[in-house]
Order: sequence, then structure tokens, then C-alpha cells
Amino acid sequence: MQWEVVIGLETHVQLQTKTKIFCGASTAFGAEPNTQADAVSIALPGVLPVLNREAVQCAIRFALAIDAEIGRRSVFARKNYFYPDLPKGYQISQYELPVVGKGKLTIQVGDAEKTINITRAHLEEDAGKSLHGDFHGMTGIDLNRAGTPLLEIVTEPDMRSAAEAVAYAKKLHELVMWVGICDGNMQEGSFRCDVNVSVRPKGSDKLGTRREIKNLNSFRFMQQAIEYETRWQIETLEDGGTIHQATVLFDPDTGETRAMRSKEEANDYRYFPDPDLLPLVISEADIEAVKARMPELPEDMKNRFEQEYGLPAYDATTITSSRGMADYFVAAVAEFGGEAKLVANWVMGSVAAKLNEEGKDIAASPVSPMQLAGLLKRIADNTISGKIAKDVFAAMWVGEGDADSIIEQKGLKQVSDSGAIEVIVDEVLAANAAMVAEYKAGKEKAFNGLVGQCMKASKGKANPAQVNEILKNKLAG
Amino acid sequence: MINASLKELAAALASKQISSVELTQLFLDRIVRLNPEINAYVTLDSDKSLAQAAAADALIAQGKAGPLTGIPVAQKDIFCAKGWRTTCGSKMLANFTAPYDAHIISQFDAAGAVNLGKTNMDEFAMGSSNETSFFGKVQNPWDRARVPGGSSGGSAAAVAARMAPAATGTDTGGSIRQPASLCGLSGLKPTYGVCSRYGMIAFASSLDQAGPMAKSAEDLALMMNVMAGFDSRDSTSLQREKEDYTRDLAKPLAGLRIGLPKEYFAEGLDAGVAKVVEEAIAQYRKLGAETVEISLPNTQLSIPVYYVLAPAEASSNLSRYDGVRYGHRAAEYTDLMDMYCKTRAEGFGAEVKRRIMVGTYVLSAGYYDAYYLKAQQLRRLIAQDFEQAFRQCDVIMGPAAPGTAFKAGEKTDDPVAMYLEDLYTIAVNLAGLPGMSVPAGFANGLPVGLQVIGNYFDEARMLNVGHAYQQVTDWHTRMPEGI
Repeated sequence: MQWEVVIGLETHVQLQTKTKIFCGASTAFGAEPNTQADAVSIALPGVLPVLNREAVQCAIRFALAIDAEIGRRSVFARKNYFYPDLPKGYQISQYELPVVGKGKLTIQVGDAEKTINITRAHLEEDAGKSLHGDFHGMTGIDLNRAGTPLLEIVTEPDMRSAAEAVAYAKKLHELVMWVGICDGNMQEGSFRCDVNVSVRPKGSDKLGTRREIKNLNSFRFMQQAIEYETRWQIETLEDGGTIHQATVLFDPDTGETRAMRSKEEANDYRYFPDPDLLPLVISEADIEAVKARMPELPEDMKNRFEQEYGLPAYDATTITSSRGMADYFVAAVAEFGGEAKLVANWVMGSVAAKLNEEGKDIAASPVSPMQLAGLLKRIADNTISGKIAKDVFAAMWVGEGDADSIIEQKGLKQVSDSGAIEVIVDEVLAANAAMVAEYKAGKEKAFNGLVGQCMKASKGKANPAQVNEILKNKLAG
Repeated sequence: MINASLKELAAALASKQISSVELTQLFLDRIVRLNPEINAYVTLDSDKSLAQAAAADALIAQGKAGPLTGIPVAQKDIFCAKGWRTTCGSKMLANFTAPYDAHIISQFDAAGAVNLGKTNMDEFAMGSSNETSFFGKVQNPWDRARVPGGSSGGSAAAVAARMAPAATGTDTGGSIRQPASLCGLSGLKPTYGVCSRYGMIAFASSLDQAGPMAKSAEDLALMMNVMAGFDSRDSTSLQREKEDYTRDLAKPLAGLRIGLPKEYFAEGLDAGVAKVVEEAIAQYRKLGAETVEISLPNTQLSIPVYYVLAPAEASSNLSRYDGVRYGHRAAEYTDLMDMYCKTRAEGFGAEVKRRIMVGTYVLSAGYYDAYYLKAQQLRRLIAQDFEQAFRQCDVIMGPAAPGTAFKAGEKTDDPVAMYLEDLYTIAVNLAGLPGMSVPAGFANGLPVGLQVIGNYFDEARMLNVGHAYQQVTDWHTRMPEGI
């Protein structure tokens, strides 16, 4: 039988606010345990929550970024369950009326575009952390994280492969950083994905029973986990078994998923509206105020790059796939002043390849946009050829200096003196009589061979355009 | 001095007739003498109280005294007070010292009042007789065999026995008005949102409201001037201009329209109480008020609605008492679940457990719509009853409680009979309205309270209504014998 996998994601995005969602304690990561746990964070008797305006603005920002409905009146609800790192015995979340309604995100998988529907996004508070193992058979509780604002973003079950799920997660990851609501740090848990996976016979429109893979904090693990889970579910069904709804964890060491708790053991969260908080009402003015401070969105920027810089659609999409790359490109273009397409080629080519190779973020690129522009200027003014430029770039990457000093030091300046080039051409023509004969017999290809010989003779420094021209004249003469 | 009004006490302090330290000591001495039996206070700290009194004396000497500076006030043990043990009447918090001040406590501090001690209460404010307290029952000073009412029973008994000039209470379903009625005091539950709930240990958040308990309406007004006001730390606190609750005290009552809900004078009301209330209303007619019969048709629904909503909120509010961070934790346990179970089984009393179970049940998947949601809908109907009624009248009057103080133990085995104690008070909380009880006489030798219900934010008007009555009657000055 042919199987189809159906995937939906729930992503917890930690919002970049200075203080927690319902109190004034700091949200900074990595402090000594419980030093950022005030009376509200530890849920002392009598304390009350007060909503952080900044967190709401982040939610509005996100809604605008995915063209979503904004809940003009949303309600905070209590999700009740007992756990030692959940100080109140309930999590304040949103249930029936979320702050962000239906929206969408378009992803690119290979050459295909696909729109993923976002069901909703709601504001909630994070729990603290249970520290097992450090205390000789006891569990330590760190409540620094308790009350950190989260936006939980839920998709429809629209994805049909691990690749699509990962493409969505990456796109979402870029977007939340792009609009400045999340630092995107997956190691610190700022962006965590729960993935719902089910399989069904291809062609069926009935959803299979899903299992939820919890807390994936890298795209690689997500890919592995979904692939493993999909295989496991298909094998289970093909062996005549049934899938039971469950929460599973991915073990990166074994590459396997294993059930954490079944649905029978699942909590009844007894959601009800939190009487300590009034409904959150968002006005047109609130939305306009956020809109006024929104950065240009990737889609708009892509369109602008096509028009303003004449970039092909593919280049514009690639350049705007991350805020960092777009910023880098814009800075380099501004400094360069020449053809933007050349900048795009270099950013998507050499720069991206090097970053990828070294696992670096573009913000940490050893070659700054200014430096890259410096190099491109030397190509544009024929000081060096594109080929030599690659060598100069490699030297710049390892910190040997800027383009001009490397060209100077290594004597890479292109030879544009027509007298000198004529000398080289004459020598090459004299030494390659056979090729000259072939050319004259009508073999155009032989011409390229002669150009190559000239370039070789000049150690790559001869201006290729001039070589072409002089060669043509001499052969015609 | 022990019978003096707050105004008289302020005058005595201002004229150096007595110092705050002396006044505080006077009440502390009475507490030492009377409290072992009456059990109105659960925590005393005379060093702290006297230090505050000394600081107040310094303010008075500098001429910086406000109306409550140097006056000792008893605080219900539901308010967190920094450095004070704060128990909420529960074993769960018997070892809990609050590291911060509730808004109400800091308001009294700022006014220069003296915290005289923390008063006994039903556990987590759940009860109408003060018998559910982990720290033992409280005696009604009018008849030691009887209950003072609840949940603010300690505060009521403290003022009634003149162990405090005034006290704070909280009222979720009648917890200020019913004990005020049973102990012959004046007590006011303000409009929901007028007094900040910050630092006030939550029972049912959408109903809980702090208020004053004192001898007279005038004293209540002075207390309200300290207690009321916006607090940004409570999202349900109302952002309103500060008001002077004494401003209308002396207004004449001519033309006042009093609504008399026929449902409040029906079956279930003690005949003696009915007579007292009717006499009080006759007195108001003499003062120039008119009466009009009104109907609050959903009154009978208020108890079932309340006993769905309040336990639902309570079951969630009390989840934080899990033994993990503070408060009671079982001494021995095998794992986390065992720790939770033993801690909560040991830490909570029977009534609290009953309400946690009811609340958990009504919020459960499959029952939520039939109970919680339905109760929320009925809550709106109950509020609409009052909306209708206030088109016909300025204030509503009736009994505060269906009877007078009952004997300790009389209703402890019958929770429903106990719940009926709040028959006339609960709807006011459900609607978020202000309600007040003022002493109106005696039935069977025991005090009877007249309840005055006002429209939203009409506290000043209600205090005026109470004060005018107290100018022509002396019920509020009566004192129990043997204290």
C-alpha cells in the first residue's frame, strides 16, 4: 500500500520581552537558578498577574507578518495541572479565544511553493525547569523561566513530508527573528517545536491517529524524528497493529521516538477563563501603532528587490530568506554602487558557501558587506578578473586584509596595457600555429583555446575582454 | 476609650489625651485577657504593633497625622503582611511568613494605622461560622456558645468584644456582612474592584472583595478612605478617581427610594429577624424615605450558581499549595504524587477539600458546559435582576442573614444548611455590587443586621444611609456583656 504522512506543527516561540508576561521579573537567559523568580514567579499566596503590553505587541507583529486575523477580544484561560516547575498549579494560556487567528505562511520545497495554513497563535507563560540529577536523588526547581512569554503557533495538518515540515519550521524561525519577536536561539529553547505525525493510505481523506513528538529543538532532529516516526507508524500498521494517540520523545542518540504518555494518562486540563485577568481587547489604534514600527516583510522586500535592483525572482527569494542576508546584500549594494546582480551572485555564491561550510551566521561573516563591495569595485573597474577575485575573496575570508591591499600585495592587478597584451597574444599565436589554422578553417572553438592560452601566459592577470578583442583583430588581420 | 468611634480616637490622639502606644497597649491587654476564650486572633506580635504605634506617635507629634494615624486595626489573616505569619486559617500556611505586604496592608501602613494582629477566619475563607479554621472556632461575644459567623468571624468577634476599634474583612459570598450581622457590627463589602486584591489570598477571584468591619457607618467610611483605590498590581482593580467616603454622611434621606425584594421576606427567614428588619425599615420611612416592593426573581438560583463558580475558581486558586515551595509539606512520601497527595490531604480541612472536589468536578471535560458555563449564564441573569431593580429604587434593603447567631456545631454536619446562611448576601457578590450590614436590633437577645445593597460605586450613598439611621438609633453602640 502507498502511504501518506500528515504533519502539523505547534511551535513555542519565546518572545523577546525584557520582563515576564505577567510580572516585572527579568527574562534574561542563564542567570543563577531562582534569581529571576519574584513573588509572582514563585506564586506566593495573594499575588496576581498583570499582562505585559510588550508581549501583546509581539503577538500583533506576528499576526501582521502572516496576514492573520487579530483577535480583537481574546481571553486568558487557566490550564490546570500539577507539576513541580509549574508554580501556580496552572498555566495561564489562551484557549477558546486566541490573540491571533487564521493566517498563512508560504514555504519553498525544492522548486515547489506551498502555503501552510496557520490555525491560530496564542499567548501563554512558560513553566520553570526541573533539574534532575544534580541533587542526589532529588529534583531541583529553577523558576527563572517560569512566566517567560511564549507565542504558541499552531498549523493545520498541511505538511506531507519531513522536508515540508522542516521547511515550514525554518521559514517560521526566520520570520519570527525577522520581525524581531524572538531571538531564535534553539539551544536555549527560544524556539521549540512539537510535531504531530499521522499516516494514512494515499488517497484517503480521513486523518490517521496522530502521535505528538515533543520539544524538538533542532531542524536536523526534527527531520530525523519525523522520518523515524513515519516509518514506525507505517510498519506498525502494515504489521496489523494500531496507532494509539500518544506523546513521544525523540532520542537523538538512538534516532528513535518513544512514547512518554498515552492519551489515557493525559490530563484533563480543566480550562476556564482566568478571573484574575480581564479579556484582552486590541483596538485598531493598537494595531496601527505596531504596524507603524513593522519592518518590511520578506515577501515585500523580495518584490522590491526584483523591481528596484532587477534581480531575478530566484535571487530575490534567496536573498530575502533571512533578514541577515537581506541586510548584508543591501549594505553591499549601497557601498558598491554598481550592478546589484553581481552583488547577489557573490552573496548567494561565495559568501553563502563559505558561511555554510563553517556553520557561521551571516552576521558573523569575516568579510563584511563593505569589504565585499570593495572587492566587487575592483572587478567592475577591471582591476582584476572575476576569477582572480575568487582568490582575493578567499584571502579576505581568512583575514589577510581588504581587497585592495591583497591585490597590491600579491600583484594580482589585471594587465590592461594593450601593448603588453599584444606581446602575449603575438607569442601565443606564434606558438600555436595549429590552433590558428583550425580557427581559420572555421572552428570557432579554437578561439576559446587561444584565449585560454593567453590568460595562462598572463597568469590570469590579462584583461579577458582586451585579450578577446586583440586576438580577434590579429586573427582577422 | 474602647467604645470610642474612630473619629473620637483620632481626636484623643491629636489632643494627647492618649498616645498610640497607650491605646495599642490598651487593646493588646484586652486581647491577652479575652482572646484565650474568644479566639478572635490567631497571630499577635506586640513588638511590631507597638513599634508601629511609636512611629505613629512621632507622626502625630510632628502634626502629620491623618484620620487613622495611630489607630489600631485588626487585620484578617487573609492579607499578606510582611514579616507576619499569614495563615488564611489553614494548616497549609501555618508556617508561612509573608515576605511582602498586601495592597490593603500597605494602605494602612501609609495611613499610619497600627496592625494590632491577624484575625481568625474560616479556612481559606470557606465557611459561614468560623468553625473551619485550623486554629479553632471563634466565640460570638454576645453568646459564647454561638458562632460569630464567617468567614471574617475573627474580625467580627474582635470588634464586638472591643479587642479592636475596627478590622478588615473579606467577602466572597457574605463573609463580611453575615458576621457583622451576627455580631452586631457595621460591615461593608464594596463594589468588586474598588479594593485591590493584591496580597489578599484568593478564594474565588471573581467574587473576593476586601472591606471594613467596625462599629458604625462613619467608621466604615473612614476605613474605606484608606482601603479603596486603584492598584496596578491587580488587573481587576478599577481605575477611578479617589473618593472621600465620608462626603455624603450627613445628607438627609428625604426622597430616598428603598427597594424591598419580596424574595428576601419569604420562606427561610426567621420571624424575629423579619420583625427587626421591618422595624428598621419603618424607621427609614420616618426619616423621609419611600419604600417600593421589588423583585429579584433569580434569588433562589444564587446559591447553586455560587456553589459552582466559587469552588471552580477555588479548586484552581488552591493548586499552588502543593508542598513544593512553601507552606506545609508531608514529612514522609515515596514519590512526587505521594508527596502531593499527603501534603494536601494533611494541609487542607474537610470544607476546603469538599470545595476543591466540587470545583474540580464542575470544570472537568464533559461537565464544564452543564455546570460552569450554565452558572456563568445564570450569573448574568442575577446581575440583570439588580439592574432592573435599581431602575425603581436607590438602595435595596433586607436581612443580612436569615437568622441570628446559631450554636457552634449546629450546622457543621449539614453543609447545605450552612450554605443557606448566605442566601441574602451571595447574589450581591455574583453581581459585583456593594453590600452593607448595619445593626438594627435584637431577636432572641442576639444582634440582627439590616442589609443595604447599593448600585455600583454607590458606597458613599450607602454609608450615608447607614449613618442617618445610626443618628436616630443606638443599636450600633450596644456592647455584649461580660467583656
